[in-house]
Amino acid sequence: MSFLGLLVRNRLAFAGLVVMLVIVVLALVTPLLPLADPDVTDTANRFKRPFAASVILGTDHLGRDLLSRLLWGVRLSLAVGFASALIAAAIGAAIGIIAGFYGGRTDNVIMRGVDMLMAFPYILLALAIVASLGPGLINALIAVAAVNIPFFARNIRGVTVSIAHTEFVDAARLSGMGDARIILTEILPNVVPVIVIAMSTTVGWMILETAGLSFLGLGSQPPQADLGSMLGEARSALITNPHTSIVPGAMILVIVMSINLLGDGVRDALDPRLRSGALSRPMPSTLVRREEPVPAKETSALLALSGLKTQFHSNGRIHKAVGGVDLYVRPGECVGVVGESGSGKSVTALSVMGLVASPPGVITAGAAHFSGQDLIGANYETLRRLRGDRVAYIFQDPLTALHPLYTVGAQLVEAIRVHHAMPRAKAREHAVELLESVRIPNAEERLDGYPHELSGGMRQRVGIAMALANDPELIIADEPTTSLDVTVQAQILSLLSELQRERGLAIIFITHDFGVVAQLCNRVAVMYAGRIVEEGPTDAILNAPAHPYTARLMACVPELGRGRHRLAAIPGLPPVLDGLPEGCAFAERCHKAKEACRTGEIALTANAVQRAVRCIDPEFRTADAAR
Amino acid sequence: MADYILKRLVSAIPVLLGISIIVFLIMAMIPGDPAMAILGSYATPENVEKLNRDLGLDKPLVQRYFIWLGNMLQGDFGRSFSLNRAVLHEVLERFNATLVLAGTSFVICSVLGVAAGTVSAARQYGLADKAITFAVLLGISIPSFFLGMMMILVFAVNLRWFPVSGMWPIYGERDLPSLISHLTLPAMVLAAVATGVIARLSRSAMLEVLRQDFIRTARAKGVHERSVIWRHALRAAMVSIIPVLGVQAGFVLSGAVYVEIVFQWPGVGRMLVDAILKRDILLVQGGVVFVAACYVMFNLAVDLAQSLLDPRIKT
Ligand code: SF4
Repeated sequence: MSFLGLLVRNRLAFAGLVVMLVIVVLALVTPLLPLADPDVTDTANRFKRPFAASVILGTDHLGRDLLSRLLWGVRLSLAVGFASALIAAAIGAAIGIIAGFYGGRTDNVIMRGVDMLMAFPYILLALAIVASLGPGLINALIAVAAVNIPFFARNIRGVTVSIAHTEFVDAARLSGMGDARIILTEILPNVVPVIVIAMSTTVGWMILETAGLSFLGLGSQPPQADLGSMLGEARSALITNPHTSIVPGAMILVIVMSINLLGDGVRDALDPRLRSGALSRPMPSTLVRREEPVPAKETSALLALSGLKTQFHSNGRIHKAVGGVDLYVRPGECVGVVGESGSGKSVTALSVMGLVASPPGVITAGAAHFSGQDLIGANYETLRRLRGDRVAYIFQDPLTALHPLYTVGAQLVEAIRVHHAMPRAKAREHAVELLESVRIPNAEERLDGYPHELSGGMRQRVGIAMALANDPELIIADEPTTSLDVTVQAQILSLLSELQRERGLAIIFITHDFGVVAQLCNRVAVMYAGRIVEEGPTDAILNAPAHPYTARLMACVPELGRGRHRLAAIPGLPPVLDGLPEGCAFAERCHKAKEACRTGEIALTANAVQRAVRCIDPEFRTADAAR
Repeated sequence: MADYILKRLVSAIPVLLGISIIVFLIMAMIPGDPAMAILGSYATPENVEKLNRDLGLDKPLVQRYFIWLGNMLQGDFGRSFSLNRAVLHEVLERFNATLVLAGTSFVICSVLGVAAGTVSAARQYGLADKAITFAVLLGISIPSFFLGMMMILVFAVNLRWFPVSGMWPIYGERDLPSLISHLTLPAMVLAAVATGVIARLSRSAMLEVLRQDFIRTARAKGVHERSVIWRHALRAAMVSIIPVLGVQAGFVLSGAVYVEIVFQWPGVGRMLVDAILKRDILLVQGGVVFVAACYVMFNLAVDLAQSLLDPRIKT
């Protein structure tokens, strides 16, 4: 969408633009309007109220026409505000570009100076400058411009530095172009948008500042009056004749507010993060808008997903991350969910407890029965009570998954006390036991350390301890070993499998690595393009994969922990999920693809030995294997 | 930790020197003969020459700076001719009043701003968010001097809840209740802009943090949403909010000028404006250097507070 389009779509910014334009036009045509002379005093008609006879806005303490003075004042205030913004921008940009372009010593000296200036309380510096130059409108303008120069210089230096090291600037240099020409032709055009944003966010402020100096009597001098000095003069009559104050004051407010609205709009329109919606906050639990009937509970499993569909809605586009997944886990069982990144395996895992960020995530269909209760569409409080207590998560990167500013102990104690009221000291003892159970040495000491002080493996052990805090029945582990070294991976895996056996835990293990699955899981589900393409007992699938995708995936993973690099060995990329073609999603990459693969829905076909495959021409008939 | 504090203290010295140089240079820009400017056009040549000598203006620039700096370090900021009083005494006395006003405002804007920004982020696009966003826009767009005048009109003149101006009652006890009633309006007016700015930045800092993995972890643990927002998210957002608080302290401190004028608060800002109008250069110079130096020290304190709050900063 175009920049202007975005601006118009932002209604408030557009309103600001319109108001601003009206005011600017009024200010421009003021000399042409049939107004009374703003400086002619008429003491017989002092302090006329607004709308009294011939004077629309009344008269001030010297009987001067307020409407006329207001418009002339607006003219002056706008001129001074914009002029100081332009001066500050021009000089600030020049300084910033020079510092950023030349770098090194020049940069250092200049930025030191800029930092010094920024160390001043802003208005104080302006006052000092006016004190030196003497009161007067031009001097106020200079002062306000001067104190804003550092802001521009700093912003523009940053951008210049990033541009100055790009290839085209290097190329220009090599081709013998002079510095001045490089700055003018390569750097300046790229810096202009930044200058515009910086100006749009500061010009309102500068109008306020110049008005302020005039208000203090340090800016425009009588009889000439900008909005600030009008307000300053009216102040002595504030109580008896408030209208003389309100008229110029409200005008300043309207001007600055419309500029700010516009400035915000410009900034938002230019900020790519806002456009993508990345700055919207995730709600406490994933949005559920089921468009299909809720599937009934079928199995006696601990957790049974049926027909789960999770989508991402953003900017009018729908990304179907999970397109109808059925999966179950029995108590004490470990189920692996394997797939490439983007296959929807993590989103499936997060959907269970409503942890998919929403916006943009929406669960549009399906059910997740946990001990008979449907979690999809359960209210927030129900979910919250189960989260971490009966169903716990272990996440991929323990560095980002643990709170960086709380101690390990505080985070463990919290996990315990959220679900089990107990004194802090008792929770702490329990936390020590937890750390010991995941084999962290010096557990007591570790409790008072912060996550960043631990190694990656230790951090993930803390993550596991936290998941174990309330003795859950089910742990959902979302690639818990992916971010770790190979040796550490092996340790964490054996820890998990030990814990699983000791405690009779059910685990859903999300991974892209068949090696990991072999070591830990009883059963495996392979996901591709948001759906399960093959499912069955781990040994059976490892010995004889039925789906061509599974076979390829396994062929790429000769040993534990190497999966990530080898996966690229499958030719082609996973399909884009918003426009899935009809038929088999793997067809593009499948060596056995034929006409029939590209039409109709290919079902997940099950057989007697609990294996199922979504393929019309599997590597071998699963039924044969049963024989 | 002690090392870190010492290091930060030492690093403040060049900044303080830089500030003194800047103020000195600005004051040296005075066009024409400063003595003439001070004494006005009716001054006799002898008086001008005497004043020039008293001010040390007959010496070269660099030498004058060092004399001035040396004197300041000994606590001699010169003498205000308009008040006929030692600059330092006047500044200290006035600074007390400013500190009461600006300090109160700073507390108000920090607490209110952070709270409003947090609520706004937690209820993004909800009614509370929209109301706060609008109030914030109003707060940062309204000139504090105009807001002050309107508050006087409504709350002091019409409703008579608060006195119109001043720091103390003209007659009667100078006790805490009377200070509070005099302080309420100006402190709120002074806090308005900063509250808006802080609320805005807190909101975006919170939105940034709420996307982070550890927030998802907190939710996966079953932590109450209230605690996810106010404990987990806010604690992390504070790391980027606190530097903003430091910057806003400067705005509050210097923005006090307008509020002090409107409410006739006997602070350093009003003193500076009077001094500028009377061309009392030494008073301006001393006042500006003093306030700026206090601000630098305050920011130093903010930095140290930051290092206490964020264990990742190596001390
Ligand atoms: S259905 Fe066809 S394209 Fe899809 S995996 Fe089977 S053989 Fe390959």
